[in-house]
Amino acid sequence: MTQHIAPPRRIDGTGILLALVLSIVVVLPLLVVGVWAFTEVWRYPNVLPQQFGLRFWEQTLNRADVWNALWLSLTLSAVVTLASAVICLPAAYAFARMRFPGRDILFFSFLAGHAFPKFGLLVAIAAIFLQLDLIGTFWGVALIQLVNTLMFMIWIPVAAFQAVDRRMEEAARDVGAGPFRVFWSITLPQAAPTIAAALLLTFVGTFYETEGAWLIGAPGIRTMPVLMISFINNQMVIQFGAVLSVMLWVPSFIALMFARRVIGGNAFAKGFGG
Amino acid sequence: MSKLSIRAVSKVFGAGTTAVDSVSLDVADGELVCLLGPSGSGKSTLLRMVGGFEQPSSGTIAIDDQDVTRLPPEQRPTGMVFQSHALWSHMNVFNNLAFGLKLRKRPAAEIRDRVEGVLELVGLKGYDRRMTNELSGGQQQRVALARSLILEPKILLLDEPFASLDQHLRERLREEVRDIQLRLKTTTLFVTHGQDEALSMADRIVVMQNGRTEQADRPEIIYRDPQTPFVAGFIGTMNFVEGRVENGRFVHPDLSVVMPVSDGPVTLAVRPEALDLISTEDGAAVVHRVTDFGTHGLVDLHLSDGTRLKSLVRSPEPFSSGHAVDLRPRAFAAFRDNVKLYRSSDAA
Repeated sequence: MTQHIAPPRRIDGTGILLALVLSIVVVLPLLVVGVWAFTEVWRYPNVLPQQFGLRFWEQTLNRADVWNALWLSLTLSAVVTLASAVICLPAAYAFARMRFPGRDILFFSFLAGHAFPKFGLLVAIAAIFLQLDLIGTFWGVALIQLVNTLMFMIWIPVAAFQAVDRRMEEAARDVGAGPFRVFWSITLPQAAPTIAAALLLTFVGTFYETEGAWLIGAPGIRTMPVLMISFINNQMVIQFGAVLSVMLWVPSFIALMFARRVIGGNAFAKGFGG
Repeated sequence: MSKLSIRAVSKVFGAGTTAVDSVSLDVADGELVCLLGPSGSGKSTLLRMVGGFEQPSSGTIAIDDQDVTRLPPEQRPTGMVFQSHALWSHMNVFNNLAFGLKLRKRPAAEIRDRVEGVLELVGLKGYDRRMTNELSGGQQQRVALARSLILEPKILLLDEPFASLDQHLRERLREEVRDIQLRLKTTTLFVTHGQDEALSMADRIVVMQNGRTEQADRPEIIYRDPQTPFVAGFIGTMNFVEGRVENGRFVHPDLSVVMPVSDGPVTLAVRPEALDLISTEDGAAVVHRVTDFGTHGLVDLHLSDGTRLKSLVRSPEPFSSGHAVDLRPRAFAAFRDNVKLYRSSDAA
């Protein structure tokens, strides 16, 4: 890990302009959705809603299926992230540190799942799942989400493990630590910030994934995004969508707060840059 | 107290490259031995084999007569200081130093005492709560040294520990390390490619090239009586003149000295400080450049066959470029077929 010393701050015109443009593009739509969620009447050409209110929140929060979906989505994301970590982290370590036949082909095969249109793949998987009685079950959805997470959870941790200085591991061997102790006390903590970034991406990605959850989960399993789609399809009321959307921000927001605390500054960049 | 014994150790890497070629070396109790050589000479590989990070292809390594050749690093009584310090950046200084003791399940009070003691030894008292990236390069290397010393290794291994530091710091640290080593009487193997480092620190220098030992001797002998042309050229500055010996005399168009060896081709080796110059009108060598260093002068010379020589003179005044001089080697050695043939008796 290189030492990072912040350069003295000075005013950077291009930076400010870029930040401004980015906040307009990123924040403005969020703001509009946020305002819609607390709006009861907002007709053209008014810039601000005529009537604010929590009516749609009440209606939404009083529905059992919303709470079920939220709970389901959180459980699903947690289970998938955990399973993905258990499966992928040892594999990532193997890819990063060991030489075995077929290593490169196998490594790139994780990319293949993302290199082709996913819907076709999903349909094929759905056909197989149908025979296995996995359609419409929790574990069927968990399995399909697991496939989606493989790339993040292999590629990013591989970069993290490769970035760990071999000399640090050797120094730990030198003072008396066996290979497992070295992994636990040196390699894993060194790679931890980047792996945390991968876990976060996996959690959030699973939470928001729609296609697979809808195709495999319907009709029994309805995650938050799937529920949102059915809301919008049934009755085109903007506020329902907005309320659900704002609710969906919650996990991202918590995850990002967590990320700021645990990961800090440049770990995301490190995760992708290796 | 401990001694290290390396017996005919070789290391052949996968592609068939021989990094270390049947090296034998004994390091006596409390001795500091420098492995000196250019990069790729196998010195680091040899050190890593002693530390257990590489397996020898053949040969044995013993510490205090106990064979450790097949032991992994964690079971060897060796302590290594790496070139890049290799401190664990997610731990503070205290935890870096305490890690090895915690693995050995030492009581907390003892760990605290020993960490404090070793920090004082390396001059970093009170730094135990710092994170390693808050330390300067020299302090980091001191912590790395302390991390090895705290476990009281039988053999201390140093792999170019000062290579990443600036010249000034390097000189200070090597004095400190030598002082500590002398105080603790730790048997030490030290890898470097800097001859200054080797000459100033070592009890004995092992000069390596292409995986082989060229010469192992005390520093002053390595300098004064090199056994191979490589050692002669690698340590300090050496002038080489190719010529022939005929009837007990070294013959060269510009230079001739008495040399009681058998007839044949010979390489004459003269240190710049042992090559006297005499200004004469009909001298054979031509002064190319004169550099005045204040305390002494350095004269670059060209011979008629294109050979370039350097001569260290007390005063550069009598010489200027273009002038002819006569060469009078005061002390010299002669090599033939890569071995020393002769050394003049009055070698300085």
